[in-house]
Amino acid sequence: MQVDRYERLWMWAATAMLAVFIGAIVVTAVAGSNHPPSHTEVVNPDTLGVRGEFATPGVTVHPDGSRTVAIRAEFYVFRPERVHVPAGVPVTFRVTSPDVLHGFQIVGTNVNLTVAPGYVSQATVTFETPGEYLIVCNEYCGLGHHLMQGSVIVGAPR
Amino acid sequence: MTVAARLVLAHLWVAIAAFALGALMAVMQALARAGVELPFGTARLYYLSVTAHGVLEALVFTTFFIMALGYVVAETTLGRVRGVGWAWAGFWVALIGTVMTTLAILSGTSTVLYTFYPPLEAHPAFYVGATLLVVGSWIWCGVMIASVRAWRAANRDARVPLAAHGMLATVAIWLLATAGLAVEVLVFILPWSLGFVERIDPIVARTYFWWFGHPLTYFWLVPAYVLWYTVIPQVAGGRLFSDAVTRVVFVQFVLFSTPVGLHHQFTDPGIASAWKLVHTFTTYAVMFPSLVTAFTVLASLEIAGRARGGGGRFGWIGALPWGDPFFSGVALAMVTFALGGFGGAINAAYAMNAMVHNTAWIQGHFHLTVGTAVALTFMGATYWLLPRLTGRAIAFPAVAAMQPYLWFIGMQCFSIPSHIAGLLGMPRRIYTGEFQGVEAAQAWIPLVNLSAVGGVILFVSAMLYVGVVVGTMLVAPRGARPPVEYAEPVVPPADGPSIWDRLGWWSAVAVVLILLAYGPALYHLHTMQRFPAQGFSPF
Ligand code: HEM
Ligand SMILES: [Cu+2]
Ligand SMILES: [Cu+2]
Repeated sequence: MQVDRYERLWMWAATAMLAVFIGAIVVTAVAGSNHPPSHTEVVNPDTLGVRGEFATPGVTVHPDGSRTVAIRAEFYVFRPERVHVPAGVPVTFRVTSPDVLHGFQIVGTNVNLTVAPGYVSQATVTFETPGEYLIVCNEYCGLGHHLMQGSVIVGAPR
Repeated sequence: MTVAARLVLAHLWVAIAAFALGALMAVMQALARAGVELPFGTARLYYLSVTAHGVLEALVFTTFFIMALGYVVAETTLGRVRGVGWAWAGFWVALIGTVMTTLAILSGTSTVLYTFYPPLEAHPAFYVGATLLVVGSWIWCGVMIASVRAWRAANRDARVPLAAHGMLATVAIWLLATAGLAVEVLVFILPWSLGFVERIDPIVARTYFWWFGHPLTYFWLVPAYVLWYTVIPQVAGGRLFSDAVTRVVFVQFVLFSTPVGLHHQFTDPGIASAWKLVHTFTTYAVMFPSLVTAFTVLASLEIAGRARGGGGRFGWIGALPWGDPFFSGVALAMVTFALGGFGGAINAAYAMNAMVHNTAWIQGHFHLTVGTAVALTFMGATYWLLPRLTGRAIAFPAVAAMQPYLWFIGMQCFSIPSHIAGLLGMPRRIYTGEFQGVEAAQAWIPLVNLSAVGGVILFVSAMLYVGVVVGTMLVAPRGARPPVEYAEPVVPPADGPSIWDRLGWWSAVAVVLILLAYGPALYHLHTMQRFPAQGFSPF
């Protein structure tokens, strides 16, 4: 096929640019274990309120100081609505829903999860700066979608 | 353009009516979010109107316009549309479906947004109507394929006309895309919605939805590219830079536009990150043909600008016909698409996606891409098509000449603040930008207000467009119909049958790619233990 010289150059440049993008992603994914949340655990949405960690959602403190936070995202509230954790330790959020899809985004961090009934979504973050962080639901879930919010209160590091 | 003219016009009217109704919904939304007191401003109406706007703009306006364009191309490049009776049947099926879905939405029983993620549950009429819209479009696919085959049978050794090749690529993409949608709706949603099964798995349904949802965007974009490549150089007074490269570009879209859908599900549970990474690669692959398009189309325009007497390094740009609303619409669409593509590279970036997923950034992004690159191209093309279909010159030419510029200004004003608000954490699809007065939302409010100004400008531009179209039909006198002409390539395509024209074969390759990209993830999802959900209608 006959391709103009400049067009050929452009195609090589485009290929190189895309290769750089892909390379950067692969390097950060492999070397930095920088992956999107892809937890594949399941849970029965009908019994969330009855037994297991989501029946009494909240913060669990581990011996090494890290935290696990179970959260139930349900029609227009996150339970618990406020979460207290210290700065400087890894905090793993585990979120699920007894009803429809919800979102779970902690503004100012990279935590951004789709929350689905039947599945446990999970992300780990270390808050560096103390303060109050807003949690928003960013997946339309019904007429109260815009009312659905929570917060993470990050205290001084221990 | 005779037999097909009525067919084309019928499709155009539906497209334009859907566009106008969708624009009305949109301006209300933009104002409501900015806290402007509207007499009917309730959350219930807000989400209802977002559902209507999404369906009418993204699914109805686009699909009917593309079907119209397909028939124009078939009639003018292949000689005639084969099976006009079928084409009308497709039109009516799609129209009945559209009316059903629209009524279901307006009745307030189907506020599930145009993505209708289960277990949100709409009225069955919503799904049945959407199915009919797609079935109607499948009939259009059949008519387009039959028209090309008949032409090929009569012109054994000739190359398929380029515009027809592009529309056939559109057909191939649509069939590959809607296969996923058919599984989602026919296998999972309809039996559940009609009460035959009680539960549905939201992640399985989403996966089939996005099998459809991403190539959907190429179903919108490729017809716009057909106009950019094959018509705009002619309108501007130039030639197409490269016929051969253009055909390869269309084939690449057929190959790569579908096996990428998991990039919409980066934040989903239940799907291992390895498959998401695979779809990241294919997503970057599908950017390649768009980058080539930028070169070929710009080179074609440079030829036009120089032919019109523009000299120097950039003088040719000023020499282009900026007062012609089809040309200016497409040129502004291209500028906007460059911005949108830049944002798209960020959305697709595997881990960086978490920064923008489902924030207001996304709504800024797709108004640049489908809402402008595609929609503004189609608006411009309407000004080009109407005289060629009806013999009427465009009414209010001065209004038509400024309308694309107004859209462009309104859209920058709407989209740029949306992008920034998204980076500051504002979610998309929310009724108020105030967000109960929380502190983080203070920074969103001025941005939402600015985007409301953009929304009003867009609405004015939309109404000017509709006004010019209606005015043309009502008051412009009938005269001679100008011909539909296509750009001559600088280098004509090589003679004889070519592998690049065999879109059936390429579609078969695309099926293999889809199976490779989706097979493992779907196999895993279908075989793992799962707890499907009950339906809810919280509206
Ligand atoms: C009059 C011009 C327009 C204005 C003022 C406008 C404004 C808006 C607004 C305010 C939203 C709701 C955002 C949210 O709550 O997240 C929206 C959503 C949307 N718009 Fe537009 N828009 C316009 C034209 C278009 C066009 C031409 C298209 C496509 C061809 C389009 C496609 C969409 C889609 C797909 C959605 C998403 C709906 C959803 O999130 O479910 N819009 N638009
Ligand atoms: Cu929610
Ligand atoms: Cu929500």
